Amino acid sequence: MVTSPIDRLARATPPSLARKVRGLSDRTIAWIFVAPTILLLLAINIFPLIWTVYLSFTNYAANKPNREIEWVEPIYRNYARILTDEGTWSNMQTTAHFLIWTIILQVIIGFTLAWLINRKFKGNDLLTTLLVVPMMLSPAVVGNFWTFLYQPQIGVVNYIVEFFTGIPAASFSMLGPGGLAPWSIIIVDTWMWTPFVMLICLAGLRSIPDYIYEAAEVDRASKWRQFWTITVPMVLPFLMLAVLFRGIENFKMFDMVNLLTGGGPGDETLLTSIDLKREAFEKWRTGYSSAYAIILFVTVFGLASIYVKALNKVKER
Amino acid sequence: MKRMTLAASAATALIWATQASAQDKELTLCWAAWDPANALVELSKDFEAQSGTKMNFEFVPWPNFADRMLNELNSGGQLCDLMIGDSQWIGGAAENGWYVKLNDFFDKEGISMDAFVPATVTGYSEWPKGTPNYWSLPAFGDVVGWTYRKDWFERPEIQTAFKEKYGRDLTPPATFAELKDVAEFFQGRDIDGKTVYGASIYTERGSEGITMGAMDVLHSFGFKYDNPEKPYDMEGFVNSDGAIAGLEFYKSLYDCCVAPGTSNTYMGEGIDAYKSGQVAMQMNFAFTWPGFEVDPNVGGGKTGYLVNPKGPNGEQYAQLGGQGISVVANTDNMDGALAYVKWFAQQDVQQKWWSMGGFSCLKAVVEDPSFATSQPYAQTFLDSMAIVKDFWAEPSYASLLQASQARVHDYVVAGNGTAKEALDGMIADWTEVFMDDGKL
Repeated sequence: MVTSPIDRLARATPPSLARKVRGLSDRTIAWIFVAPTILLLLAINIFPLIWTVYLSFTNYAANKPNREIEWVEPIYRNYARILTDEGTWSNMQTTAHFLIWTIILQVIIGFTLAWLINRKFKGNDLLTTLLVVPMMLSPAVVGNFWTFLYQPQIGVVNYIVEFFTGIPAASFSMLGPGGLAPWSIIIVDTWMWTPFVMLICLAGLRSIPDYIYEAAEVDRASKWRQFWTITVPMVLPFLMLAVLFRGIENFKMFDMVNLLTGGGPGDETLLTSIDLKREAFEKWRTGYSSAYAIILFVTVFGLASIYVKALNKVKER
Repeated sequence: MKRMTLAASAATALIWATQASAQDKELTLCWAAWDPANALVELSKDFEAQSGTKMNFEFVPWPNFADRMLNELNSGGQLCDLMIGDSQWIGGAAENGWYVKLNDFFDKEGISMDAFVPATVTGYSEWPKGTPNYWSLPAFGDVVGWTYRKDWFERPEIQTAFKEKYGRDLTPPATFAELKDVAEFFQGRDIDGKTVYGASIYTERGSEGITMGAMDVLHSFGFKYDNPEKPYDMEGFVNSDGAIAGLEFYKSLYDCCVAPGTSNTYMGEGIDAYKSGQVAMQMNFAFTWPGFEVDPNVGGGKTGYLVNPKGPNGEQYAQLGGQGISVVANTDNMDGALAYVKWFAQQDVQQKWWSMGGFSCLKAVVEDPSFATSQPYAQTFLDSMAIVKDFWAEPSYASLLQASQARVHDYVVAGNGTAKEALDGMIADWTEVFMDDGKL
């Protein structure tokens, strides 16, 4: 018997899965598969978030289990105290300084490295591997060994500065007073995470088809023009994605900076994440720190949403 | 099938019973990871031999000790049966029910707090302070004092140079003014072909370092936490003229006389700086002293020990360290834990504790005529323990501590503002904490 391709296809297609599972609809089965994930998400993400919002309006202190949890008066008191506290704004500025400069430096250096590495030359693969080594290290390890590198008497950084400038190595401290500490943590973060930006940019550069450049060559476009009208626009979505990742990561930066400076000298490198940790787990002001966490969450969420919209617009172009 | 079920049930019950029995015969003691803890491990072998109880130990390095252990206590964890917690925890531990109140136990076992050095009873055991409510047995007496390079001080060329500069003999400093002179004298000096520095002091920002260091000086300059007549009234006491002068002095000591890059140093860094011959003098807790005596670089008579010097008006105080041993309320081996405390309180055990490097708080040990000469630092330890002052031991001590850490570090190390602004700010922060606690 001769069968048409359509018949063969119809026979090859299995009967609806729902009919096999005691008459459950496909939608029900889909829900059954998704439910564990949703429940897990509710348990470990949504519930804690709602609980944190609740606690942020209370005087709860996790180290005082005997004390009755009471609503603060007025109900927005924790939020008002945070937003009117000079220290909080100072920490926000410190965080913004860290965030902006690390992103600027990582984008410039990361893109430049990616652009250079994108060319064909001997040892390209080995060099790429070596360049990404810093981001493979643990932040705790990085924080510890940079503490030694920055040590005024035995650290190599001060000796390099002395070699080039003549300023005595022991006369200044990168992590101590004198205003260098905020820049020192930027240098370490840039050293560690520039390879990440470089890799994303490299992916962007390698996604540009050669024929576009060939067409530009035919049109006698200069290298400079090709760079600004082809390379940059086509890599931009990738670059923006890298900026988003680094922005979110650095907004919650804690481990490396805590190891390098502990927030000092004074409060010069006291990022909001370190401050929040101290409020929550050293001072045990749980209600207050919950409000602090919500404020930070809203800030990151808001900024990230605006940024993602901008990113989508760039991608649509 | 029935038989198999029965056999399985019996096996399970046997395993459970064995485990429960083993648990009754085990104790876990939690403390900081430092030299005295190693000595206690050795000492506790006697307890193991006598009682048949297996001792487990959980030691956490100092910078993380409070975080780790307070979390443990706070979460109702059962890791620790016994806790040698910091003196400042006592208020929170008592009010939050973390520790067992030991009064009845002491009465029953005939353990008298009068048998212990009074400052250690007040500092480590009592809450509220000054009342006979005991939450721990004084376990390890500690106090901030100074060590100095006796061998350098005794060198004729150094003595001559000092006399030429200051017009007096180079002797161990008795006042803070003298201490600063000596520190300035040694700062940047070449000794045996190596540049050395004046002093190592506490500047650590993250936990409690700079507060312990600054308070060690401030008390002798007139600083008080509050009005003795009116608790929590801090204006004019925390920021008195004397306190301001004390904080200015601490900053001047930091500015003139420490090694480069020591903007975040505490006990460990101080030990390293001193042992490596980097500094002439070192501020540190007494627990470090036994280690110096046996060190090849600074031991064997090269180190001298100093009681905290006097302030400008002759007042002399020192920052209290040390801890008491407490029974954790959540323990599942209460009898075993109490038995350990009873064993530890015995005079012969305390005597051995001292001989192994543990600073006993038992009067019978420290007032023994042979005590003062038993170690080169013994007399200094005794003299220091007689003048101690402790930081707030309130339930909210951590908030109070973080506030002082920020204010003092910001002024002393970062160089922002004035001493008065730092102390005024400290009052504002502390007031807020006490208001939150309903004490103001």
